[in-house]
Amino acid sequence: MSNLITRRHLLWSVPVILVAAAGLAVTKMMQPPPEDLDVSLSKPTDRGLYIASVAPGLAPIVIGTMHGWVIQITTPEGLPVDHATIAVDGGMPQHGHGLPTEPEVSADLGEGRYQVDGMKFNMPGWWVVKLSVNGPAGEDTATFNLVL
Amino acid sequence: MRASTIIVSTLIVGSAMAAYWIMAPQRTWTDEETKLVLSLGLSNLPPLPADPSNAVADDPDAASLGKALFFDTRLSANNEVSCGSCHAPEKQFQDDLPRAKGVGVTARRTMPIAGTAYSPWLFWDGRKDSQWAQALGPLESGVEHGTDRAYVAHLIHTHYADQYAALFGPMPSLDQIPEHASPNVLGAVQDDWHALDDTQRDAVNRIFANVGKAIAAYERTITPQPSRFDAYVDRLAAGEDTSGILSPQEEDGLRIFVSKGECTKCHNGPLLTDNYFHNTGVAAVPGLPEDLGRIVGTDQVQADLFNCLGPYSDAGPGDCIELRYQTKGGHEMIRAYKPPSLRGAASRSPYMHAGQIATLGGVLIHYNTAPAAPGGHSELEPLNLSTKELASLEAFLGSLDPILKGDQP
Repeated sequence: MSNLITRRHLLWSVPVILVAAAGLAVTKMMQPPPEDLDVSLSKPTDRGLYIASVAPGLAPIVIGTMHGWVIQITTPEGLPVDHATIAVDGGMPQHGHGLPTEPEVSADLGEGRYQVDGMKFNMPGWWVVKLSVNGPAGEDTATFNLVL
Repeated sequence: MRASTIIVSTLIVGSAMAAYWIMAPQRTWTDEETKLVLSLGLSNLPPLPADPSNAVADDPDAASLGKALFFDTRLSANNEVSCGSCHAPEKQFQDDLPRAKGVGVTARRTMPIAGTAYSPWLFWDGRKDSQWAQALGPLESGVEHGTDRAYVAHLIHTHYADQYAALFGPMPSLDQIPEHASPNVLGAVQDDWHALDDTQRDAVNRIFANVGKAIAAYERTITPQPSRFDAYVDRLAAGEDTSGILSPQEEDGLRIFVSKGECTKCHNGPLLTDNYFHNTGVAAVPGLPEDLGRIVGTDQVQADLFNCLGPYSDAGPGDCIELRYQTKGGHEMIRAYKPPSLRGAASRSPYMHAGQIATLGGVLIHYNTAPAAPGGHSELEPLNLSTKELASLEAFLGSLDPILKGDQP
């Protein structure tokens, strides 16, 4: 009798395991971005040396369309930071790949504003854009999140 | 024993509910799904982007000359091969072959033409950055047209001089140019090219580039045609009843396409391609030379004499943004290839960059199982779709076929 129950248990466990596996697979495939994702377009840099703000030149951003961004760098007190060197990088954290382009600062607009050209996103989903800012106060970084 | 029965029964009921939740087709779209589905419709396709590198891109006379050249078999070493031999209009401008047959056999599958005017990169590896620069490659390939730029220039001089002159100005004298000469064709043809002076080379290069520009003007008129899916999207966008346009199975396939099939990662926008490059672990073809895909194309397009920034481009310095901001890529560009548009793909077997997979069902099994790449790293992960789901997906892809098949301009 107890043997029979064990066998039944085994048999019944098959659909349970299958469903659990399918559920896990779906969860993995459908990975949404973290719920508490910070999608603000203005924030202190990681070490607090600057405040970085970004303004995409396309609203809404269209997948596959190259466009420019304006980046504003200020001191924590809000004074514009001029003549900073800014590098732009990024990618899709869940897919392990970078941007499909290599954006660059194309113009120093003054008043702590910088024109970045060559921005493009080629997939829907969660993207990060990482700024490396080298200014009078030193080097610092900031990461912005976008969900397209 | 009683307790275990209750537990097991609960598990069964629970698993059945979970299975229903996972498997049961939903009949309404979430806002997110609706947004994604609408983004794929042909109505969302913007007007043809300008090609500043080609001054005659939108000139009907250039398109007329380009069409004549496109179908002219004299543009080949054996007088039997034209662009249209592999890009056959009645087959969506491709050839249904695993690898193209010109005067020889190539290492890659012929790509269709519709919508390529929207792509910043041409060829599977994006080694060209415009339709006109792309058109020049096969002319000098020893296995495609098997000709060379001096031969092409002479042919234009003999047969198309008036049409050419009307578009590009009078042709220079080619009396001192040998019958065959090119930097890209090894042997005597290359020696003869090196024997030319800079002015002569420039004259030949310019005629050659203009041939590409005329062909591109024709190719720009080859555009994607509406499918049943587009009719569905138009109704959905208008908030009208969509029933009867797609079968329930096709509609289920569409749902999988925009959700757990993850198809829109690469096949997005109204052309259902991101026109970028992806390693999807497609097998190498035994016996062919190593094919590294985009990682090679990325350098080739930068070095191309006929690119947007080159001396034969009509673009201004600020026009070539794709080339200017092109990523050099890295490991992820090894064996990465451009996803073709899925419009009409259901009737374009065989599949992949060298025709490695014979059927659409086989392609879906490939994506579902995500085999390891023979080189580089595949972006795919197993999808774990059921046989039924794969069949739905395949059915949906059929709804992307043009309603009106056959000849175009």
